[in-house]
Amino acid sequence: MYSAPFEYLRASSWEEAVAQLERGDEDAHVLAGGQSLVPMMMLGLAAPTLLVDVGGAGERTIERRNGSLVLSALARHVDVEHSDVVRDACPMLTEAVKHIGNVRVRHRGTIGGSLAHAEATAELATVAVAQRATVHVLGPRGARTVPAAELFVTHLTSSLEPAEVINAVEFPLAGGPRRGSSFLEMARRAGDFAMVEVAATVSLDDAGRCDDVRLVVGAVADRPADVSDAAQALIGGPPGQPAVAELARAVAEQVEIGPSSHASVEYRREMVAVLVARAVQTATTRAES
Amino acid sequence: MSKREISLQVNGHPVEAVVEPNMSLLELLRTEAGAPEVKLGCGEGVCGTCTVLLDGEPVSSCLVFAVQAEGHEVTTVRGLAGDGEELHPLQRSFLEHAGSQCGFCTPGMLLTAKWYLDGHPTAGREELRAALAGNLCRCTGYTKILDAVEAYRDLEVVHVD
Repeated sequence: MYSAPFEYLRASSWEEAVAQLERGDEDAHVLAGGQSLVPMMMLGLAAPTLLVDVGGAGERTIERRNGSLVLSALARHVDVEHSDVVRDACPMLTEAVKHIGNVRVRHRGTIGGSLAHAEATAELATVAVAQRATVHVLGPRGARTVPAAELFVTHLTSSLEPAEVINAVEFPLAGGPRRGSSFLEMARRAGDFAMVEVAATVSLDDAGRCDDVRLVVGAVADRPADVSDAAQALIGGPPGQPAVAELARAVAEQVEIGPSSHASVEYRREMVAVLVARAVQTATTRAES
Repeated sequence: MSKREISLQVNGHPVEAVVEPNMSLLELLRTEAGAPEVKLGCGEGVCGTCTVLLDGEPVSSCLVFAVQAEGHEVTTVRGLAGDGEELHPLQRSFLEHAGSQCGFCTPGMLLTAKWYLDGHPTAGREELRAALAGNLCRCTGYTKILDAVEAYRDLEVVHVD
């Protein structure tokens, strides 16, 4: 199988990648791990005229820096999956990357590539919004940062400008010893596109009352839905029943659910309620231990 | 579109080729590199029949462009047992346990299982199922494949001890 023809350039730095993309036309595209873009090219769904391979533009680094977990855009899913630093600092990320594709996808696919691709069912998008991640971007007009919530516009569409590249992503580490998180996903089979994703973090005070909560539902609409406002109902009390069940029902009713060829909107709405309840309960149990 | 000259190692042997940027590593292996044991299945990275090890790690060779393999080392199923006529013990285990029927998925299964057990020599069945979840087989129902992989694992553990 052949994709449509294209010119191929290797960038040895992010600056060079931006310059190469600028010289291309509007169909110039970054090639990172190629695990989403290349299948689309093979299926004839994408036909970039120029691919700028950023594999050599930087290092695959994962580090804690000034209260944040900072991943280079070139860090691969497998790097994140096996990183003790990630497991310790942001266990939701460790839990989520295990759901990505298969071992081959996780070996080639990159963090920056996944975020830039803005696939509506991408696990990393849901986690990035849940964790209030900041995406570091370099472009023709210099460097800027974009909150994850503002990166995802709609299906396969990010707010990146032409010739802009993501070179790092930063996850702020929320404090507090009694904090737990959970990432859950429903898919038809291992490695398949998710039909529902839920990311939850719960923080408890000394008396076991919820003092902070984040809740994001992914893979149901064209981008992750931050429903943390609804979850504020848990604040001030222990996150038990019936509060969690009521929250799960409220979120399932309010969240926008797009069509899917795999299951009805009604079924996925029901599953949102189930996964929200489980994720909040799991995050709470982890916060307690 | 401008062709590029590339060189890489395939099963320890140097391969040099002049390729269009849109030639996949899979296509290069099957044509210019004389490695038709790498199979084209879905062509979109899902089925695992085109699995090869790139610098020791499993990849879908249909999703890697040949130009990206420049300077790297590729191992196909023929590289498992070296250049001799002998089968690798994992291949023998597949034969003994009927882990292969039509054989189309077998190269990918063998490489993925070998790669995983090299790093996790005591992996249990569930862990092996997860590691092999991205390699599809339409004949065996997977039970005999996992039997074969587990039997090989137990051989290996004996060796390690």
